[in-house]
Amino acid sequence: MKAVDFDYEQPRSVAETCRLLGETGREARLLAGGQTLAPLLAMRLARPAVVIDINRIEEFQGIDAEAESVVIRACTRQSRALADPIVQSRLPLLAKALSFVGHVQTRNRGTIGGSLANADPSAEIGLAALALDAEIEARSATASRRIPIGDFFISPMVTALAPDECLTVVRFPLPQGAVGTGFREASIRRSDFALAAVAVQLVLERGVCRSLAVSLGGAGATPVKLTAIEHKLLDTRLGDAELAEAGRLAHDAIDAVSDIHASAAHRRRIAGALTMRAIAEARDEALAGRA
Amino acid sequence: MSQHEIALKINGETCTARVPARLTLVDFLRETLNLTGTHTGCEHGVCGACTVLLDGQPVRSCLIFAVQAAGCEVVTVEGLAPDAVGMSVLQDSFCEEHALQCGFCTPGMLLSAHALLQNNSAPSEEDIREAIGGNLCRCTGYKQIVQAIALAAQRLSVANAPTADLPKRP
Repeated sequence: MKAVDFDYEQPRSVAETCRLLGETGREARLLAGGQTLAPLLAMRLARPAVVIDINRIEEFQGIDAEAESVVIRACTRQSRALADPIVQSRLPLLAKALSFVGHVQTRNRGTIGGSLANADPSAEIGLAALALDAEIEARSATASRRIPIGDFFISPMVTALAPDECLTVVRFPLPQGAVGTGFREASIRRSDFALAAVAVQLVLERGVCRSLAVSLGGAGATPVKLTAIEHKLLDTRLGDAELAEAGRLAHDAIDAVSDIHASAAHRRRIAGALTMRAIAEARDEALAGRA
Repeated sequence: MSQHEIALKINGETCTARVPARLTLVDFLRETLNLTGTHTGCEHGVCGACTVLLDGQPVRSCLIFAVQAAGCEVVTVEGLAPDAVGMSVLQDSFCEEHALQCGFCTPGMLLSAHALLQNNSAPSEEDIREAIGGNLCRCTGYKQIVQAIALAAQRLSVANAPTADLPKRP
């Protein structure tokens, strides 16, 4: 099928984008990389009156290292982020997640902010952002605000963004110490939608886990933080017994869905196994001092 | 209806047109410009048959609107051959290795592989499989396609070496 007829706007600044969004609101859709919006338009699941193309706005591009965080602007392409030395050295979890996002051809168009705002429950960028405790900056014509990632995902394809708000920036805080990260995903074929995926970031102090974040996606309505695991494993050395416990907690904690690709029971088993492997990967990386 | 004037370069030639906003780049190439080498498969970004190069990067032309390509350089399969009768080294390798049967996926495969070889003169099998991971083929099982791209890489690297001896097939 072909998209419905729509008006096309190409604003030149963030301010102009916000003004247009304020005028059109629910009638408009922002077009970032378009790797989800274009199929939705083609299948007429989206029928906006106005498409606001923000691809060419310079203010929406780029990655900056700050003292205690890394800032990625909304329309930075996924392929650019994946190849970026700042991302590779300071956000290794995001780099690992990005290699699972779509294919080369879609990463060349797809954007970091677009994926977050799209809120697909199996999306890897949102999953990594949750484990990294990221913060979203959003702007409307009249105000701007910061949204903790934990409050951002509401349900499949629904976020905390209001119809007149635009995601401008995502900020990733940087942990201190012996950091390790792990990312594991299971899908029918590589780069297909995840049946389940797990992202882990942890900090060790003389081999003891002092900070741990585990997030799980693909299995339910939104990516979720597995805080029960975090509490249970803190101040341990992440030995085999603790990993097995983490796997059990992941298996039991998630609200998995059944669909044509996998049953809920299968997804829970995968989630348990991936959780153990991702924590082990992060632990070993922190011990080796590679992160 | 929202209409827009665009100017872009396609296979090295400047082209101007007036397009409706909802017209995808692949429909613009095929139906407005009659460049039917780019194939339309699924029309929602799954199959990779419509892959073209946009400013040197492989992208799915069904997921971009023509109006978005204004000012860009597009390369389609028609732009790969050096002249009207010849074929590129990569295209030749596809023939020799039997890397196509029905041919539907071939234009997309060629553009994805071409982009790989532009950036990586000695790709591993894993690099090749990663590069064409977004292109579906229902005939070959991919093995011959991977072999063809490896053969093209080898030939191109030898052809570009200071004293060139064209190799025999591996």
